[in-house]
Amino acid sequence: MIVTEHFPVLVIVISLFSAFTIFIAGRWNKKTCSPISIATISVQLFMSFFILNQVITRGTIHYWLGGWAPPWGIEYVIDAFNAYVLVIVLFICLLTAIYAKRSIEREQPHRIVPFYVVFQLLITGLCGITVTGDIFNLYVFLEIASLAAYALIAVAGGRALKASYNYVIMGSIGACFYLLGAGFLYAVTGSLNMADLSHLLPPLYENKVVQAAFVFFVVGMSIKMALFPLHIWQPDAYTYAPSAVTVIIAAAMSKVSIYAFIRVFFSVFTTDFIQIYVPIATAISWIAAIAIIVGSVIAIMQSNLKRMLAYSSVAQVGYIVLGVGLYSTQWGLYGALIHILNHAITKGCLFLVAGAIIYRCGLWNIRDFEGLGKKMPYTCAAFTLAALSMIGVPPSVGFITKLCLLAASLEAVEYAFVAVILASTLLNLVYFWRVIERMYFVRGEGEGEKEKEIKRDEAPVSMVLPALILGSLCIIVGILWLAGAETPLLPVVDQAVNALLGTGVVAAP
Amino acid sequence: MMEESIVYSYRPLLAILCPATAAILILLSSKRPNVRESWTIIAGILQFSLVASMIPTILNEGVIKCTFFPQTMFEGIAFGLKVDAFGLIFALTASFLWILVSFYSVGYMRALKEHAQTRYYFCFAIAIFGAIGIALSPNLLTMFIFYEVLTVSTYPLVIHDQTPEALSAGRKYFAYLLTSGVFFLFAIMLTYHLTGTTDFTNGGIKALAELGSAYRLTLVILFFCFLLGFLKAAWMPFHSWLPTAMIAPTPVSALLHAVAVVKAGVFGIVRIVCYIYGVDLMTSLGLGLALACIAGFTMIVANLFAIAQDNLKRRLAYSTINQLSYILLGAGLLTTEGIRGAMIHIPFHGFMKITLFLCAGAIMVATGKKNISEMGGVGKTMPVTMLAFTITAFGMCGIPPACGFISKWFLCQGALQAGEIVFLFVLLIASFLDVVYFFPIIHTAFFKRPEGVAEEVEVKVKEAPLFMLVPLSITAIFSVIFFLDFILGLNIISMYFYKLVEIAVGNVVP
Repeated sequence: MIVTEHFPVLVIVISLFSAFTIFIAGRWNKKTCSPISIATISVQLFMSFFILNQVITRGTIHYWLGGWAPPWGIEYVIDAFNAYVLVIVLFICLLTAIYAKRSIEREQPHRIVPFYVVFQLLITGLCGITVTGDIFNLYVFLEIASLAAYALIAVAGGRALKASYNYVIMGSIGACFYLLGAGFLYAVTGSLNMADLSHLLPPLYENKVVQAAFVFFVVGMSIKMALFPLHIWQPDAYTYAPSAVTVIIAAAMSKVSIYAFIRVFFSVFTTDFIQIYVPIATAISWIAAIAIIVGSVIAIMQSNLKRMLAYSSVAQVGYIVLGVGLYSTQWGLYGALIHILNHAITKGCLFLVAGAIIYRCGLWNIRDFEGLGKKMPYTCAAFTLAALSMIGVPPSVGFITKLCLLAASLEAVEYAFVAVILASTLLNLVYFWRVIERMYFVRGEGEGEKEKEIKRDEAPVSMVLPALILGSLCIIVGILWLAGAETPLLPVVDQAVNALLGTGVVAAP
Repeated sequence: MMEESIVYSYRPLLAILCPATAAILILLSSKRPNVRESWTIIAGILQFSLVASMIPTILNEGVIKCTFFPQTMFEGIAFGLKVDAFGLIFALTASFLWILVSFYSVGYMRALKEHAQTRYYFCFAIAIFGAIGIALSPNLLTMFIFYEVLTVSTYPLVIHDQTPEALSAGRKYFAYLLTSGVFFLFAIMLTYHLTGTTDFTNGGIKALAELGSAYRLTLVILFFCFLLGFLKAAWMPFHSWLPTAMIAPTPVSALLHAVAVVKAGVFGIVRIVCYIYGVDLMTSLGLGLALACIAGFTMIVANLFAIAQDNLKRRLAYSTINQLSYILLGAGLLTTEGIRGAMIHIPFHGFMKITLFLCAGAIMVATGKKNISEMGGVGKTMPVTMLAFTITAFGMCGIPPACGFISKWFLCQGALQAGEIVFLFVLLIASFLDVVYFFPIIHTAFFKRPEGVAEEVEVKVKEAPLFMLVPLSITAIFSVIFFLDFILGLNIISMYFYKLVEIAVGNVVP
């Protein structure tokens, strides 16, 4: 038996076992939780890189759970898209785990063990969603991840309880919609395997049940990924959750929901279906465009940094969905997939910084940020890099997304979307520059000459370093995207897009 | 158009890496001011020698290329650097003046005991990185990247004072320039969408010219998007960010808001006119006339505004707006002589206007005076500074012995060549207005007594520190040399500007 063959399932299994190990070890000594968690995620990350490499060199991996052949058994299918998302998610998780140690010790000193247990369960769920090739299995993992997320948000207590409760209600509705969709498809076809479904469904496309199932899927996943106007749970959840939790929900979990959305969109159903039977592409592009504008405008009105970032996420999800809506153009789906990575890096960095500021200074209101640039220079540098990327200053990652979406909109002759993308640049500028201006340039009253008295008081290394890594990645990855075919990044997306649209070498069998 | 010989070399890359590396070193040595400032100066000298070392190749009708990523994610857009005659003119100007301004900055910042000097030198180096990058860009996308780098890196310089006033000036600066960046980006993507390339091509992109009459309106809109994209050229009515940005320290106003930033704008517009659209397409669409009208309007109105200013730097800022439009007008005329005048005015105006700004800064440091009405008697206390000021002010008005005369000569010829007598008059009226607002300054400085001093008293000469005096003298001397060189024909001293312009014009006008 070669271990590497079993990596797809091991990624999930070791994470699950690690959750129990943390529980037991944590009863004995609280200090063991964090190392175990970090070690587990490192191993998972290594595996995911291995899987990615294998997918790129040898093509799609099909792993039959327990040796049961699909469609009876559960099948894990990993193509370039899964592997890509898996690496992103685990990378963010790793940085969050490193970051969480100090953050949680400060914010929730009495709940360290439960936090790590649930955190590890959340990661299990996220990995599960990403690797599975079975729509019901996806639902199971979705629930694992969601329940873990509800619990993690509620850990903070106080207003977080209400935020978590809202999320529970909305999230459960979303999950129900998804489950209904899966049930409808099972009723019609008798299969739950994605690849199998995509073969069985085409003759049934006219069936109203199938069409209803599709709509259920779309609505359900839209709630999960906080697509406007179904985002109402999201700002509260992001704002009141513990810092580390916000990072992982905003940067990793939302990406996984989007992954599931795209997966169902293109791999269970096909482009034919979306074009002819449920012509939804234009509608969701418009919704996305509205999301971009509304999210940004509401973000401008916020005074709480985390809340502002949360609304900014609403806008950023709009970017990705706009890319999906423009899938028929050359650059649409590229833009969406590229932005999954871009947004994970950028928003991850921003939330890490927001948490670090709360950790060190207890500040969350943007108005109080005066002099922070001197006090926490590295943290603020990371924030600046990520903010520039959000604005889309070249050569950051945000710029690349904008280029792709612009090219796609021009190709689709949708000048409204062009205007939306360009306008959102300026809106982003408004709300991010406000923060940067406060941090670096605005002087408090009566401060003036006393400037030198501000002492450097940086957050702990384990919190600053992840933020700095992500901040510099905003630029490095941007250059890598630009470099195009010469780096390993773009070919991965290339392969993923081809697989999704069923056009390239990796087309569905 | 001649076949170009392409030379592959890493020199352009090294040239732009000089300021980038310097920026990092400056940050690292923030605690030791002497080390920090020497990095700036070393990088400046190195960069200039690298840029200058490319002159011979260009004079041999070659271009130097340096490609990092031949195949970016967008098919048909390579990412790299390319040096041609026109780009080299801008690069030479910016890199040479950077050395002088670095010395000047040392004197200025220390004399005024400014705060946050590390940030200042850091951002300055990054801004030069952006400016040289723009000069050496082979296509629009690369140019856009450096263009935005330039915008963002100059913001901390503009708000250097960090007063509420400075901050609001900074907001205005960003509101104008980043919005313009958005238009620029749109124009680039539209160009790419229409033609599949964004390379600067001698005589214009062929595919763009071959689009046919159905696309006429698109092309006109595209051109105006480009114009809006190059708001750095400060054409009216979108000029007001420039006088506002004068709140920055004087060396910043001198190098960035008289040379690097604003020249990046006009440089870009000339690139669009000559290397994207091409003279023929511009003529057939009637866009040259539109550009010339905007420029003519700006020239007259900016000068009228300038007359009303009492703050010296603001008056110089309006003068810059006016002079930039000379360049736009030259490009808009679409004739050989017009384009020649436009191209030569880029370095010439750079040298002259930087002298004026440096003088303004020197006066501020030595006497603390910012307004023209207070400057009575400055000519006696600061003779060298005011002499330099006078010579270059003459140049601005188009009077020998400074080089402003030459570019105006070409421009007037260009107007005649185009058969547009109106623009000849516009040029002459604008030059006359130049006289109207420059001569009072000279008059006040030399012939008026300082306020409150009734009688002639013995005045002591009190110049600014040598760190400031020498650079401004050098730039003033150079602006005279350029003029003498035109008559005598010594190429080396004037950095071969005439020959380079000759080649550039030969490239773009068939």
